[in-house]
Amino acid sequence: MSSTAQVHISDVQREREQYDRRQNLQSVATSIVSTLVLAFLVALGLHYAPGWPKVKESFFSGKYFAQAFPKVLQGLWLNLQVLFFAVIGVAILGTLLAMIRTSRSPFLFPLRALAQIYTTIMRGIPMIVVLYLIGFGIPGLAIFGRIPVALLGTVAVILSYSAYVAEVLRAGFEDVSPSQRASARSLGLTSGQTLRIVVIPQALRKVAPALMNDFISMQKDVGLISVLGAVDAVRAAQILVATSYNFTPYVVASVLFIATSVPFILLNDWYSNRLRKREQSGGMV
Amino acid sequence: MSITTSTPETGPEAPVLRLDQVRKSYGGNEVLKGISFDIRPHETVALLGPSGSGKSTLMKCINLLERVNDGQIWLGDTDITDPRVDRDRCRSRIGVVFQQFNLFPHMNVLKNVTLGAIKVHGVPKDQARERALELLDRIGMRQKANAYPDQLSGGQQQRVAIVRSLMTDPELLLLDEITSALDPMLVGEVLEMVSELTDKGTTILMATHEMGFAHHAADRIVLLLNGVIAENGSPRQVMDESENPRTKEFFSHFRSL
Ligand SMILES: Nc1ncnc2c1ncn2[C@@H]1O[C@H](COP(=O)(O)OP(=O)(O)OP(=O)(O)O)[C@@H](O)[C@H]1O
Ligand SMILES: [Mg+2]
Repeated sequence: MSSTAQVHISDVQREREQYDRRQNLQSVATSIVSTLVLAFLVALGLHYAPGWPKVKESFFSGKYFAQAFPKVLQGLWLNLQVLFFAVIGVAILGTLLAMIRTSRSPFLFPLRALAQIYTTIMRGIPMIVVLYLIGFGIPGLAIFGRIPVALLGTVAVILSYSAYVAEVLRAGFEDVSPSQRASARSLGLTSGQTLRIVVIPQALRKVAPALMNDFISMQKDVGLISVLGAVDAVRAAQILVATSYNFTPYVVASVLFIATSVPFILLNDWYSNRLRKREQSGGMV
Repeated sequence: MSITTSTPETGPEAPVLRLDQVRKSYGGNEVLKGISFDIRPHETVALLGPSGSGKSTLMKCINLLERVNDGQIWLGDTDITDPRVDRDRCRSRIGVVFQQFNLFPHMNVLKNVTLGAIKVHGVPKDQARERALELLDRIGMRQKANAYPDQLSGGQQQRVAIVRSLMTDPELLLLDEITSALDPMLVGEVLEMVSELTDKGTTILMATHEMGFAHHAADRIVLLLNGVIAENGSPRQVMDESENPRTKEFFSHFRSL
């Protein structure tokens, strides 16, 4: 495509390209300048705010930052572990729920009704309540002996988020045209293969942005397991704050949370970019 | 029912497909009211009928996308309406092309074409690839092997869909109005491909509204009216010489166009 285009470039096209380049430069320059102006205004405002030195000391203290960092980081390791297992659990349970919800078989009617009740209720209960119910309710039953709180927290996150993810996936499944299924079955693919090779990949592509949002908010909500007493990043920060009366550890926790979400945001961007590129390349001569 | 089961003929001229008193209803709406006909090896049969007469329904019953309410369908010597039969296996013996949305949009042409051969028939990947490229080459689309369906014209998509259905040498090819979603400019290239298959002796059952094409390409016409077979004969017998007033009425709509 590009090679044929570069062979003859008319003066008109050359002029157009120059114009485009100038426009690009201009917009980059504009954005740099406006960012600098905004940053300057914010700095100025803070500098003249009467309480700024105090706020700076209690939220952005270098000393406390250095002190809190290793402990909060250690707590973050627990968050990441919980997140890892929660993602696997949500993927499995969410897909199952979505499959049940979209099934048509009359034999599955009772399951379908249960799945609908489940997703409706779970999406109505605040995450923190689910955490309390699981975190204190299940040990209260005294059947399983001592269960680590992190495990209970993971279970609660899975139960809660599966409901959201199931609804997103269901919408995705239903968006895949029935003729796609018919096409797949006509080739002789089994219903399992059809789901795995044809329906799920198409559904996932359609709902990828929504799933990414759920994932990012799940990443934050994993921090709520601290209410059960698990020493995650938030809890570690809380302990430090309670002993020092300085809030910097919370800022440390926030910075670390943001840092962990950046790779996933970049991944999401990369993925949607790739899809776009895919759609633009090839084919055309 | 199975006590009165008819047994299929065998031998080289045994029908590829045989329908015996096939009935199908949706709710209280009986769409197929006892359909019986045969398709012999290398025959091209055009299934004609007004919109809503049940052509697609019949195709879906043959392809086991719908279950019949009564009657039997034989594919070779398999009664595919027998509930004990392996339905996925039966489907894999029939090639199907629908009106539209045949190709999987998330796979490139090559993957689309090789999917069934690899996943269903267990053909080794290299071998499937080679055959796919050879077939694509024959329709002049080898250079599109890595393109995605949305980068192809409608006609190209349908031709790829036909290639896909041919990958595993199906015993029977079902074509359900494969040109009716196409821009008129693109109909020709697809029909031409069907003509080539007909000449090569592929056994085909096609539903179509292209009367001229049916007349020229089909060995036999089956006309469905109100859920029953009104005509079953050569194109000349059915389209030109029939004295049945309802048949004449049906074809008169197309002559006036
Ligand atoms: N899934 C379904 N549920 C209920 N009724 C259906 C279903 N599929 C088809 N029908 C009905 O069956 C009848 C036959 O439909 P069918 O699609 O087989 O017609 P057709 O001959 O293929 O028409 P066309 O030429 O427009 O494609 C129609 O009255 C239609 O409303
Ligand atoms: Mg139809």
